[in-house]
This record gives sequence, structure tokens and C-alpha cells, in this order.
Amino acid sequence: MSVGIVSYGAYIPRYRIRVEEIAKVWGANPNSIIDGLMVYEKSVPDLDEDTITIAVEAARHAINRAGIDPQEIGALYTGSESHPYAVKPSSTVVAEAIGATPNLTVADFEFACKAGTAAIQTCMGMVDSGMIKLGMAIGADVSQGAPGDALEYTAAAGGVAYVIGKKDLVANIESTYSFTTDTPDFWRREGMPYPEHGGRFTGEPGYFKHVASAAQGLMNKMGTKPSDYDYAIFHQPNGKFPTRVAKMLGFSSEQIKPGLVVTRLGNTYSGSCMMGLAATLDIAKSGDRIFMTSFGSGAGSDSFSYTVTDRIEEIRNGAPSIEKLLADPIYINYATYARHKNKIKL
Amino acid sequence: MSVPRFWRRLKNIYNLIGTHCNKCGSYLYPPRNMCPKCRRNGMTTPYKFKGFGEVLTYTIVHTGAKDYTKLTPYILAIIKLDEGPQLTSQVICDHSKIRIGMKVKAAFRKLGEESEKGMIYYGTKFVPMEE
Amino acid sequence: MRDVAIIGVGCTEFGELWDKSFRELFVEAGVSAIEDANVQGGKIDALYVGNMSGGRFIEQEHLGALIADYSGLASLHIPSTRVEAACASGGLALRQGIIAVASGYHDIVIAGGAEKMTDVGVETTTDALAAASDREWEGIMGATFPGLYAMMARLHMHKYGTTQEQLAAVAVKNHHNGTMNPKAQFQSEITIDTVINSVMVADPLHVFDCSPISDGASAVVIASADIARKYTDTPIYVKASAQASGTISLHDRPDITTIDATVAAANWAYKMAKVTSKDINFAEVHDCFTIAEICAIEDLGFVKKGEGGKAAESGLTAIGGKIPINPSGGLKACGHPVGATGVKQAVEMVLQLRGEAGKRQIDGANIGLTHNVGGSGGTAVVHIFGRDK
Repeated sequence: MSVGIVSYGAYIPRYRIRVEEIAKVWGANPNSIIDGLMVYEKSVPDLDEDTITIAVEAARHAINRAGIDPQEIGALYTGSESHPYAVKPSSTVVAEAIGATPNLTVADFEFACKAGTAAIQTCMGMVDSGMIKLGMAIGADVSQGAPGDALEYTAAAGGVAYVIGKKDLVANIESTYSFTTDTPDFWRREGMPYPEHGGRFTGEPGYFKHVASAAQGLMNKMGTKPSDYDYAIFHQPNGKFPTRVAKMLGFSSEQIKPGLVVTRLGNTYSGSCMMGLAATLDIAKSGDRIFMTSFGSGAGSDSFSYTVTDRIEEIRNGAPSIEKLLADPIYINYATYARHKNKIKL
Repeated sequence: MSVPRFWRRLKNIYNLIGTHCNKCGSYLYPPRNMCPKCRRNGMTTPYKFKGFGEVLTYTIVHTGAKDYTKLTPYILAIIKLDEGPQLTSQVICDHSKIRIGMKVKAAFRKLGEESEKGMIYYGTKFVPMEE
Repeated sequence: MRDVAIIGVGCTEFGELWDKSFRELFVEAGVSAIEDANVQGGKIDALYVGNMSGGRFIEQEHLGALIADYSGLASLHIPSTRVEAACASGGLALRQGIIAVASGYHDIVIAGGAEKMTDVGVETTTDALAAASDREWEGIMGATFPGLYAMMARLHMHKYGTTQEQLAAVAVKNHHNGTMNPKAQFQSEITIDTVINSVMVADPLHVFDCSPISDGASAVVIASADIARKYTDTPIYVKASAQASGTISLHDRPDITTIDATVAAANWAYKMAKVTSKDINFAEVHDCFTIAEICAIEDLGFVKKGEGGKAAESGLTAIGGKIPINPSGGLKACGHPVGATGVKQAVEMVLQLRGEAGKRQIDGANIGLTHNVGGSGGTAVVHIFGRDK
């Protein structure tokens, strides 16, 4: 496979709400929540931000980082579970806002938290076949957790964009492998504001089964093992799950540390894994090998193996790093958070 | 705003695309086909602004415009772009930090929506430049 | 071009006039003016109606015909024209009437203005008024009228040191003048504290820095000077009529704190009347917001640029002061039924110059100026009136 990542860009809204603040409202014990989830705070969109504005900012960062000519992008896909329109793609707005129109194909993706990585795989195929020169895959969300529900502590906002191509790569994508079944662990019906989930069912039959199967499947396909990798990123609905699955598969806590952004950010759903990858690319060196496995409820996992090239040093500073985006947050209380997330029905 | 009226201008408002008069060198945003200085003798072409500028003046609006009542209080400002023209926009920053002369850069934000069922308008607002 | 005079004036109360419809208001003002002029309806050659937004406020266009009909003049087939220039609609209607008579095309015309703003909710009213700005490039970004003038105020304060208290002093003065005007919407005194402690609309403008939403109508009868004395012993002469356009949006204005359309119109008016700003005894200026009066007296040349803030505070522009401004109470206290304002300003001129202004009479009033602005300065209309030709 001769395709890889040409550039990447991320965007995280500046507002944060702490787990204690949410716990206070619902009379829950903040310490046990923090211990149980390994998450301290999550990002909250501004009143005038949504999945589309976040996707545009992430896409613009990706374009600027490597000085990409947007007219060379032949396909653009935005994956999210909070597209602002049920019908009318977010991707057309993004394509217009980065100057990529009109000579490209565009569509929106949905597969819970792995819509973004599915988009990456699609771009890989289109680039490798020579159908397009560059493809952009975006995972962005302003995820909603029902008030008082466990998911409210982690449902966060953010987005990441990857440009896939054949030349001037910052990381080669050596291989990819996916594992998919019909497993209804988490869903949201059309018109409903908040998702439903299966509680503990989302764990073993959902997350762990698919992540482990895809991860193991890729390593079998490539003949690699955890110690061959410098870093690993797993989908991060909270801090506990990726830590546990890493251990299960034989990865160390050092390997997953740079990519484990969920503790300070929450779960950015379609952006989750991709955010962890971006944080890792921010510090990786030439020759580093990175292992990544996403998870989307419904359910499926996409596994990837990357090798970082020299070029990462050249373009790394062309756009803000994840650390830069996480710095200087503005903390808000639950009332302001409810206003920002439109939880108050007018 | 009606759908066709917004659509006609969306490239300009998403990407700060205005016009440049090749005859007198004026940069124009909002875009105009007729250069106000040269009128029929002007030669205007599209120009994409870099998105950097400074705050010329501002106010904090407490009683919002029709589609903006949920956003109040918001900062309305006149921004002078580096290339010269001035435009009206919002600045997203701590209300205690806004000042005349603040350096700002373009950001992509939601401008508003027609209604719960209606079209969502996107466009350019401004945020402070990092120090 | 021949000389022109105003031979009669009429004005309704301004305020929230629930019982009166748009057409009733105009007819009331028109009949008042005709009676004041002692002229027969059949002698009227044409009608000019200033109105900003009949369509949004009362879902009615074709106002020329409506007014002619309800004035009983449609049966005489009097030509009737609706004129629009946002908040300068009244001043523009006045000017169209003056031009018609000065040019010799007509001998006696009525120029009036009316607006009925309270039949719709405040949100619709505010949105209708916002149509005076650039909808596509100001409105879409959330600009409101108070917001636009607030940005002017903020820059004026930054450049010239104008203070909140100086802005408030304009409102206090105009309210004081309003107590002496039985037609005014507000006829009670207020203090600087009242203004500064009122709700903030758009920083630094509070509710009391802003003119109100009002219903009302005014009308004047304009005749050629050579026949004026047939109708009145005190014709008031139009010494100048000038109109200028400016950029529609505030951001395209060369200097945000100067309405250059005002400067241009004033210069033309002074030239036409062969006077300077120093010869003007008093003026009715467009104080849609307190800052607007401050900028107006600078742009009209009554004080130097940047000195406007001190004027109301120091008493310079009070009725007993060196250059009384807005003796009627201005838009702030008298009220601002948009289309009516420009004509009401002329009514005030005539009352003052005839010596009929009662408690608010300015001593020695001989030459006065009216100043009417559309939007944030896209149109400015300036008239100069005098007891002599």
C-alpha cells in the first residue's frame, strides 16, 4: 500500500465543563465518576458552533499545515453522529469553506464513533486506485448525552481532518483491517435528541469484542505484535476502556499515553480516535510506528498501522497541536452548558 | 434571509472573498462589481482576503437582532482587514478583553438559522489572534 | 427657481396611539395644516407623503393613493407621491414638495409624513427598522440600529474622550424640552442617573439613549412666496433645501464618527442660503440616539469635531443656550414616528419663527435649520428656514 497521511488538522472548542459540575446537579459522587471513567472534564461547543463549523476549522488546519492546494482534493467525507441536517450533507459546506469545490465528490458518513475512520479507508481506496489525487476524511461531533445519564459526563465536542494521498506523506498507512457485526449496543432514532445505550452491554459484546478482534486481525494479517509499535491509540469513550483493551492486547501504558486525550477532553465521538492519533503525530519522530483501532457502536472497528516519515518535522508546526488546542480552556457551569447544548427547550 | 439571497453570497461569506480593482488597486469587501472610485472605468476581479485584521470599533449588543436573540449578549464590531476594507462582523472573545485595536483573525461559525425547520446560515466571525 | 414659503403646519400627538389608524393620523395632521394655512382643499396641487415602512408596519403600500383618497382629494385627482429614505422619509417628502413649488411646476402642495409603528410587535418593528441598514452585510451579522450607533459612540468616546454622562446629558436636555411640548411622547424630566441606570441595549447606549417607537403624523402646506401672504401674515421662507447620499453601511464610511452625508448636505444648504453655521439661531437635528445629536452638531459645523460631547452637558444647546438644539424634544422625547419626523422638524421651525412656540419659545429666533438622517447616514436632508426670504 503506497498511501498515507499527507496532513492532519484538529479543532477543539474552548469551553469545558468539569465532571464535578455535572455530578453536583444530579447528586452523584464526583470522585466515583472520575475514578470509574478516568475523565476529568469535557469540551463544550460555543453557542454558534456545531459539527459543521468544527469540521471546517479542522479541515482548514489540515490544509494550512501542509500548504495543500484544496483544488487537488478529489473527495471529501465528513463522519459524524451530530450532522446539523438529517438531509443535506455537512461535507458540501466544508468543501465550499475550504475552497475545494466544484470538482470533487462528497458525501456524509455515519457509523457512531468510527464514521471518521471509515472515511479514511474510503479515501485510501480512492487514492490508491488512482481515482483521486488527495482525499479528506473528517471525524467531527458535538455529541449529546441525555441529562442525568452516564454519557453526559463524557459526550464532548471536537473534530479532526486527515488528508490522504500518495506523495509527501507524514505517515505511511501500511495496512488496514476491519471487523463488523450487527450489534445494537448504542443507537439514536431519527428525530430523537439523545441516544439510547445498552449500559454494560456496550462493553464486552460491543467495544471489547470489536476492538480486540480488529486489532488482533490486523496484527495477524501483518505478522506484527504490540512490541513492534512505539505508540497505540484505541477509541476513547472514557479513560478506562482504552486502558483495559490495551492491556488485554499486550500494549503498555507508555504506548497509549500520548494518544489518551479523553481524560481532558471527553469523548469527541467520530473524532475520538483521530484526535488521539493527532496528539500522537504531534510528538512522534521519523520511523515511529503507530497502531490505531477505532470503534463505532452498531458495531465495528477499523484498525490501522502507520509508520511516521521525515516529513512530519517539516510540516508539524503549520497548524495548532492538540496540546495548543487543549490549553487555556474556559470553564462553565451546568446552566451555561445547558444553554450551549440547547438542552433548554424554548 | 431567503435561500437564494444567502446562496448567492455564500462563497464570499464563508471564505472572505471580495473584489480587487486592478485599475486603482482598491480592495473591496463586501464584494462589489463596480469599484466606487473608478466606476465604469474600473476592472474588478475576485480576491480572497487572508482573514487578518483589527477591531476599529465595537459594541456589546444586549437586545439582539431578530435571528440573534439567543446569542445575546454578543460583540458586534467593525473590523479593518489588513488589505484595507472594513466590514461588520462579530468578535468571539471574553467581553472584558475586547478593545479598539485588538488584532483578530477569521473563524468559521454559525450565523443563525431561519427556524428549527429552516436553513442554517454559516459565515465568518473573528477571534483574537494569539499573542 | 422662485422662493418658497410654508403657510400652514399641523401635527398630531406622538406616542403609542392605539385608537388611531395610519390614515386617521395623516388626515388629522393634513387637515390641521390646511386650516392653519386658511387654504381650500381644491387649491392643493399635489401631495407628498413620507413613510418608511408601511409594508412591514401595516402591510400597506400605495400610500400616495391611500392618503389622497382619505384626504378627500382623490375625487379631485390630486397627484400623490409616497417618498422613502428610511428615517429621512419625512425630510425627503418636504424637499420634494419644496422642489415642486420652487420649480414652478406646482403653486401649493402639502408635504407630510406619517408612521404607525405599534400595530406590530417590537421584534417586527426592530427588524423593519433594520432594513435601513445594509441587510446583506450588516443585518446578517447581527447588526441592530442601536448596535450601529453604539459603535459610533464607542469610537467617539475613544477618539475624543466623550463620556457616558455627556451622552446622557443630551437625553436629559431633550426630555426637559419635551415637558414644554404638548405633542411630545414624553413630557417628564429625567436625570443623568435615569439614563445611565437604565437597561443596556448596546454598550454604551442604554434604553434612555435611544429614541422610542412611536405613532404620529405631521404636515406642512408649501406655497410659492409670491402668493404666501394671501394665506398668512407670517409666511416662513425656505432659504435652502439640500440632500446628500452617503454609504449605506457604517463600515464603508470614511470616518465612522462623521456622517459625511450631513456635512455635504449642510455645506450645500449654507451656500444656497448664503449663510454659515454661525448664522443659525437654533436647529432640529436627528437624535435617533444621543450620540447622533453629538455627531450632528459637529457635522453641521455648530461645534468643532470632537467637541460635541461637551455641548449638552455645558448648556450650549439648551433652549436658553448659545445654539438651542431640538427645542421640540427631538426624536428622543418628542418621539420618532419615522416618516413623520422630518416634517415635524419643519413644523417646529415654523412655530418658533412665528413666535408661537409657547413655553419652549427661543428668544430672537430668526433663522433655523432642520437635519434629518436615514439609517446610519446613507441619506441626509438639511433645510434652512427664516422669517425673511
